[in-house]
Amino acid sequence: MSTQAEIIALPPRLRWRRVSLRLGDFPLIPTLILLSVALVAIFANVLAPHNPEVGSLAARFRPPFWQTGGSTQYFLGTDQLGRDVLSRLIFGARVSMIVGFTAVIFAGVVGTGLGIISGYLGGWVDQVIMRLTDTWLALPALTFAIFLAAIVGPSMWNIVIILGITYWTRYARVIRGEVLSLKEREFVRLAIVAGCSKWTIMRRHILPNVINSAIVLGTLMLGVVIITEATLSFLGVGVPPPQPAWGLMLSDGKQGLMVGRWWLTIFPGCCIMLMVLSANLLGDWLRVKLDPQLRQL
Amino acid sequence: MKQYIGRRVGYSLLSLFLLSLTIFFFVRVTGDPAALLVEPGASEADIAAIHHQFGLDRPLWVQYAIFMASLFHGDLGQSFYYRMPVMEIYLSRLPNSLILAVVAMGLSLLIGIPSGILAAVRVGRFWDSAGKVFALLGLSLPSFWVGLVLILVFSVYLGWLPSSGAGTPLHLIMPAFALGWYFAAAHMRLTRSSMLEVLGSEYVKLARIKGLPESLVIAKHAFKNALIPVLTLAGINLVIMVNVAVVVETVFAWPGIGRLLYEGITFRDFPVVQGVVIMGGAMIVTVNLLVDILYAVIDPRIRLER
Repeated sequence: MSTQAEIIALPPRLRWRRVSLRLGDFPLIPTLILLSVALVAIFANVLAPHNPEVGSLAARFRPPFWQTGGSTQYFLGTDQLGRDVLSRLIFGARVSMIVGFTAVIFAGVVGTGLGIISGYLGGWVDQVIMRLTDTWLALPALTFAIFLAAIVGPSMWNIVIILGITYWTRYARVIRGEVLSLKEREFVRLAIVAGCSKWTIMRRHILPNVINSAIVLGTLMLGVVIITEATLSFLGVGVPPPQPAWGLMLSDGKQGLMVGRWWLTIFPGCCIMLMVLSANLLGDWLRVKLDPQLRQL
Repeated sequence: MKQYIGRRVGYSLLSLFLLSLTIFFFVRVTGDPAALLVEPGASEADIAAIHHQFGLDRPLWVQYAIFMASLFHGDLGQSFYYRMPVMEIYLSRLPNSLILAVVAMGLSLLIGIPSGILAAVRVGRFWDSAGKVFALLGLSLPSFWVGLVLILVFSVYLGWLPSSGAGTPLHLIMPAFALGWYFAAAHMRLTRSSMLEVLGSEYVKLARIKGLPESLVIAKHAFKNALIPVLTLAGINLVIMVNVAVVVETVFAWPGIGRLLYEGITFRDFPVVQGVVIMGGAMIVTVNLLVDILYAVIDPRIRLER
């Protein structure tokens, strides 16, 4: 019986060891941070102790609970309208997550699509798309995003579109380069011989092979996109008030800074930093694991 | 060589053309500029008069031709808010932005190059890891938040430095640091990788075989060559700095171009916003062109590439 038990017990342990070897330097903490921010964003309604957009003017500028004058009712203090900072941070996670992920995906879909088309079709299509990419890359991204945001007006979904328009080129460049070498490979030639249409080849044979790079780029772009969103909101052309966005909270907190209302500046900034840092660490790890070609990026 | 330069100049002109087209398109299509000029509730006739005054009632391509023609004359239009030519305001703010960018660049090189060299020489050891953490922090912290925290520490609590404005060298320290921080990380990364590449090359091996002490190999042979790409990047970054300083200048109320852009946004002063973006784009396209040509002069292999 005991030998049989051993045999049964062996494979899972072996499997576990193999996984742990492969995940050796897996950035556990950054992943946990990103996951918990995602959970906080999803369950914001349940987690937030107060309404993030409505405050009571009687309770303005309360400091965090451990300082004199603070109370556990408002855990991390209140802002200039008496709104609970913690609740605003929790709902701000939702804004950052939505904007970050949709903008990265939007830019990724556009950039990857154009990169594949450009690389696979070549010729004048390639010329047009690459010239456009070069032009776009030559523009100062932040100034350009500010300009677009100032013109179309502040709104969360406008920001997503603007960030997508601003950052798609990063994908297009890299993906095109990969497609150029992929299309010389045998499986693509065989597909051509088998009579697949160009569209089918791009969708069935090229796309699955570049999706890794797109994911790595996307993770690395997440940090850039979140910082840009915060910057736009800080300048007043991003997410409009009274919606709780971290960049907007920093902008509101600026007036209180000089009289030492530090909690309005420190907390939102730490949230941005944690999230961007986690995204960058995870992206770096993914880059090394999934796609050695991108190591030089 | 001539052909190469010709092609590069062509691409740059194309870039500028597309930039102007995008800006023109967005301003005209996404809203009526006249609506921003009049008081809310103005009559139809008022709006029509403004349309006529600014030529907005003409066909789009005529408007674009006029827009381009005035651009070529260095005319960026009239600011709604200041009632002055945008070009004049821009040029009056440019020196401030340049001072800030130069000091921030100096700081970032002063931090980035030594730490990059240290990381490359001690690759895989403590200083390398410390450098990695520093670079990650540099790339992950929003520059405006660094600025706010600096104000909190050095102006509010310690009271050492003025929190905003310009005039004395003391005013420069915090904005320059907030702006230079991000670039210091970028310069550190490049110095490290470029230094590693040089340290692995044949002539460094030869210098070592010759029996030179390691410090001399690094200082005399490796350092100089490793510096070339870093200084090139620094040149490009200087121009980028002038243009990304918007937020830092806003935080510290530094009277530069970034601050001008911010004022343009808050006062809905479109000619100013448009002018700053066009000038920024033109600057960056020009610098990229110069770098491309310079590289081709130095390294003939680049010329032959497509």
